[in-house]
Amino acid sequence: MSEISNPSPNGTIAENPEDEGKRDFLLISTTTLSLAGIGLAAWPFIHSINPAKDVLALASTEVDLSAIEEGQAVTTMWRGKPVFIRHRSAEEIEGAASVNLAELPDPQTDAERVQRPQWLITVGVCTHLGCIPSGQKLGDKKGDFGGWFCPCHGSHYDTSGRIRKGPAPFNLRIPEYNFIDDTTILIG
Amino acid sequence: MKRMQTDNRILMWIDTRLPIFSYSSENLVSYPTPKNLSYWWNYGSIAGIVLVIMIVTGIFLAMNYQPHADVAFQSVERIVRDVNYGWLLRNLHMNGASMFFIVVYIHMFRGIYFGSYKAPRELLWMIGVTIYVCMMATAFMGYVLPWGQMSFWGATVITNLFSAIPLIGDYIVVWIWGGFSVDAPTINRFFVWHYLLPMILFMLVVVHMWALHIHKSNNPLGIEIKSPADMMPFHPFYTIKDLYGLGLFMIVFMFFVFFAPDFFGEPDNYIPADPMVTPPHIVPEWYFLPFYAILRAIPDKLGGVIVMFAGVLILYVLPWLDTSKVRAATYRPIFKQLFWIFVANALFLGWLGQKPSEGAYLIMAQLSTGYYFLFFLILPVLGKYEKTKPLPVSIFEEVRKKRRAKEA
Amino acid sequence: MQMRKFLISAACAISFLPGIASAAVAEADALPSLKWSFDGIFGSYDRPQLRRGSQVFLEVCSGCHSLEMVYYRNLVDIGFTTDQAKAMASDYEIEDGPDDEGEMYMRPAKLSDRFVKPFANTNAARFANGGAFPPDLSVITKARKGGTDYIYGLMTGYLDDAPADFDLSEGTYYNKYYPGHQIFMAQPLYEEAVDYEDGTEPTLEQHAKDITAFLAWAANPEMEERKRLGIKVILYLIILTAMFYALKRRIWSNISLEEFVHDPYVVEYEQEMQRHKRPN
Repeated sequence: MSEISNPSPNGTIAENPEDEGKRDFLLISTTTLSLAGIGLAAWPFIHSINPAKDVLALASTEVDLSAIEEGQAVTTMWRGKPVFIRHRSAEEIEGAASVNLAELPDPQTDAERVQRPQWLITVGVCTHLGCIPSGQKLGDKKGDFGGWFCPCHGSHYDTSGRIRKGPAPFNLRIPEYNFIDDTTILIG
Repeated sequence: MKRMQTDNRILMWIDTRLPIFSYSSENLVSYPTPKNLSYWWNYGSIAGIVLVIMIVTGIFLAMNYQPHADVAFQSVERIVRDVNYGWLLRNLHMNGASMFFIVVYIHMFRGIYFGSYKAPRELLWMIGVTIYVCMMATAFMGYVLPWGQMSFWGATVITNLFSAIPLIGDYIVVWIWGGFSVDAPTINRFFVWHYLLPMILFMLVVVHMWALHIHKSNNPLGIEIKSPADMMPFHPFYTIKDLYGLGLFMIVFMFFVFFAPDFFGEPDNYIPADPMVTPPHIVPEWYFLPFYAILRAIPDKLGGVIVMFAGVLILYVLPWLDTSKVRAATYRPIFKQLFWIFVANALFLGWLGQKPSEGAYLIMAQLSTGYYFLFFLILPVLGKYEKTKPLPVSIFEEVRKKRRAKEA
Repeated sequence: MQMRKFLISAACAISFLPGIASAAVAEADALPSLKWSFDGIFGSYDRPQLRRGSQVFLEVCSGCHSLEMVYYRNLVDIGFTTDQAKAMASDYEIEDGPDDEGEMYMRPAKLSDRFVKPFANTNAARFANGGAFPPDLSVITKARKGGTDYIYGLMTGYLDDAPADFDLSEGTYYNKYYPGHQIFMAQPLYEEAVDYEDGTEPTLEQHAKDITAFLAWAANPEMEERKRLGIKVILYLIILTAMFYALKRRIWSNISLEEFVHDPYVVEYEQEMQRHKRPN
C-alpha cells in the first residue's frame, strides 16, 4: 500500500503532529488484529478437509485370529487397504529365520517383522507400484520363495513378506498392531 | 486510466504488461466517491463479502455433501456431526443465505428511496435486479438440497407452478423434474445449478461494479456531482467506513451462526423427505414469503403465477415508470410517504405469506398485492404532478453547512 | 425520522418471524416452559443427566425408535468410558457381510457402528405399530415446534381419559400437547420405568427431563463447542469493530474541505465528466 503512490495530494488529511503517533498505534493494532482474525478464520476451512470423525473411527480394526488355522491366510481391510494375516507353520518360520541377510534387497530379520512368530501380519500392497500380490488363497501362485507373488511386474516375496526377486524396492510393510489377547489383534 | 508511478521495478514491470496495480489504485484507492454517503451505502460492499462467504463455505460443504435422494439428508447430518468444523460451515452457509437477502433487500430499498435507478444508472439497476433473480433461483435450489420435508414439498409446489403454462406446462414440469415427481434426478440437477449460478452471479456482480464505476455512486441528496469538491477518494474514507459497517454486520451474523442457527428455518425441514406425507402447511423460506403471498392471493393458478412473476419483473422497468426528475425521496414528500407504506406493506405481505390463504388473510393479501402494484403504477403520474421540495445547490455546500453547524 | 420508521417496521417484521411455523392447523395446549441446563449463551449439558437419558432411550424408546445419526462412539462424549460404551454397543446385533459364502450375518455392534435400528425399514416399523411410524429421534428436538419443551410436554402430557366432549379415535391416546390431541404412541414413560444407575429418583418428570436432555444432545452434539467458540468470536468482533470505529472517527475528523478542489486526479475526473456532459 505504501509502494503504490496515492494520487491524492500531500497534506490531504490535515496532519496533527500529536495525533500522528496515536493514529499509528491504532492503525497497527487494528491491522494486526484483523490479520490475526483472518488467519484464525482460515483454520476451520483447512481442518474441515482433514479426516472426519467417522473416518478416524474406522482407523483401527480388530481381528479375531482364532478361526485361522495353521497354514491358512486371511485378508482383511484396514484403512482402505488389504492386510495379509498368515498363520505360519514351523517350516515357514524356520525358513524365514534362516535366510542370509546379504541376499536380501531390503535386509530385515524375521524377528524384526513379527511379534509372535506364528503370526505374520503385513500390508498386502506391493512396494513397487501398488498392486495386490497373490498368495493368500490355497491355489494361488506364491512365487519362488513360498510367500507372495505380484503378477503386475513379477516381484517375489518370502515367508516373512520380504522382497527377494523383482522390481519392488522394499519388503511388505508391517502395520502397527497389538495383541489385545492371545487370539485378537488391533491393527492401527 | 491514470497509470501508477512507483520506484518499485517489479511492480512497474507487471503493471506495464497487466495494469492490475494501476487499475486497483484507480478503482479502490483514489476512486472519487461523494462526500455525503450515509450508512445506507454500506450494504453493497457487505453484500459482496457475504457472496464470497457463501461461495467459500459452499465449496467446502460440497466436498462432503452427497446430492442423492437416499443419502442427502444423512450427508448433511454427517457434515454437522463428523466433519471437523462441519457444523460451522453449515451454519455459516445456512444463515449466510438469510443475511444475504436481508442485506440485498436493504440495498434495493436504498436504491428505490434515493432514486439510484434513475438515469444514467438504469442499466446498473437492471443488472442488480438480475442479480436478485439469480439469488432467488440459487436459494430456492439450495433449500432443496438437505432433502427435508420442506425441501421436498417446497420444490414440488413451486415446480408445479409451471404446469399452469398453457399447452406445454405439464411437459415443462416433467422436464424440470427429470421424472414424474421431485426425486433423485431433480436433486442431482438442482445441486449442479446451485453450484453454477453463484459463479454467474459473481460475474454479474463484476459487471454491476463496472457499470457503477462509470457514473459513480448516487448520494443521499440525489443530486448530480457539480465539482470535484463534492468528491473524496474512496481510500481511506470509505474503506474504513465499510470495514466498520462490516464489523457491525458480522456481529449480527455471527450471533445467529453460533447462538440461534435455526432461527430463520423451519422445524419441518429436520424431518427427512417423505413423498407419502404432506406437511400440514408448506412455507418457503422467509425471503420468498411476500411473493408467496402474492401468488396465493390470486385465485386462478395461471393468474397467480403471472402476477407473482410480474411482481419481480416490474422492478426492471422502474427507471421508466418513474418520470420524476428529482431522485431522492427526501425532496419528494408524496413519494416518501408512498415508499414507507410500500416497505410496511412488503413486510405485511411477508407475514401473510405464512398464514393460511383463506378468509380475512386472503382478503388482506389481495389488498396488499394491490398496493404493491399500485405503488409502481402510480409513479408515471406522480412524477409529473408531484410538487417537489427545492433541491440543494451542491453536495459540497450541504456538507460544509453540516460541518459548520456541528462546529458551532 | 426515517431511521425510526425503518426500525419500527423492521422490529415488527422480526417479531413475526418466530411465528412462521405457527400456522399449524391442529390445536394443542400451550406448552410447559422449562429451564434447561443448556439454555442460553453459556448453557452446557449436564452429563450425568445425559447418561441417565441414554439409559432411558436404550431401555424404553429404542424398542420402537431408531437413533440412526448417533454412533455408539458418541457415548464417550457424554461421559461413558470407552469400555462402557463398547459394552453398551455389544448388547445389540447388527447385520454385516456378505461373508465368503455370500451370506449376510449378524454380529455384535462396535463403537464405530450407528445405533441399531429396531426395524429394518419404514414398512416393518409401520406394520409393527398399527400403521403408525415411530420417527427416528436423532434430530427430533429440532424437528418439532416447541423443541425441548414440546418433547417434555409430550412425555408428561398424557391423560388417562380424554375429556368428556372429546371423541377419541380407536387405537389412539389423549395427549394435551400433541397437535390434535390424538397420538398413536401409548404413554412411554411411567414412574420407575427405568432404574437409574446413579441412584436418582425415577419419577416420571425426571425420566421426561432426562430423555429430553439426551435427545437435545443427540440433535446438537456440537452445541457446547459452538457456544464456546461463539463467545470468543463475538467478543473479538466487538473489540475489532470498536477499533474500526475509532479509526473511522479519526480519519473522518481531520478533513479540511477545500483542498480536494486542486487534487490533480480529481481535476482529470472533472475533465472526463465534461466529456460525458450530463445535464442537471
